[in-house]
Amino acid sequence: MLDPTLRDQMLSAVPSLRAFAISLSGNVDRADDLVQETLLRAIANIESFQPGTNMSAWLFTILRNLFRSEYRKRRREVEDTDGSYAESLKSHPEQSSRLEFNEFKVALGKLPPDQREALILVGASGFSYEEAAAICECAVGTIKSRVNRARNRLADLLAIEGADDFGPDHATRAILAAGGRG
Amino acid sequence: MLTEVNQRKARGRLGRDVQSKIGQQLRAMYDNVVNEGVPDRFNEMLRQLDEQKGAEETSKPEKGVN
Repeated sequence: MLDPTLRDQMLSAVPSLRAFAISLSGNVDRADDLVQETLLRAIANIESFQPGTNMSAWLFTILRNLFRSEYRKRRREVEDTDGSYAESLKSHPEQSSRLEFNEFKVALGKLPPDQREALILVGASGFSYEEAAAICECAVGTIKSRVNRARNRLADLLAIEGADDFGPDHATRAILAAGGRG
Repeated sequence: MLTEVNQRKARGRLGRDVQSKIGQQLRAMYDNVVNEGVPDRFNEMLRQLDEQKGAEETSKPEKGVN
């Protein structure tokens, strides 16, 4: 039987595993299947987990590898469009500007997968560059450069020229801001 | 040249603003999912696995050797 401590560690990693899986796959249902398969793999290979090391990082590595092999298989069958990626991530209206937020997701979906995953691991999941490098099985320098390229590309895609200028379409945002609140 | 230096400074400052804005959006998106917590299916799955494994271990006390 699964050690209750390990089981709790696994469960507490689930929310961020899902967030990572959704940002990789761009699809909530697929992401949840991916998380489920990750947990099953982890349980089946629990002997290879070293107690005291980072459970979350271990699970992220498994999930990423599963996604990679699945992605290679599926990529010929299904081409995810920018639109469907953004669609799958939408919801949650409590944003300062929904339009701006959706633009961000579309832009994120346009990043090459290597850059997107590096940016998410470091910028959102809170892993160090070293941990992210271990998860992606590459050098720390590679992660750093992917994160930098991802940030620059996002800034380009969003045509950001300053903190108050996030998003290419001021007029539309102004109209939404005026009409959308209250 | 002075203008070049100023431009570079301006870019650097802009860079930090842009980076922090990107970081905020990224975390907001990610945290929206994290805040959903653990969907029932995962709790349920682990519970069932535990029961299943428990049953297997009682019926087959010795593990096969490969």
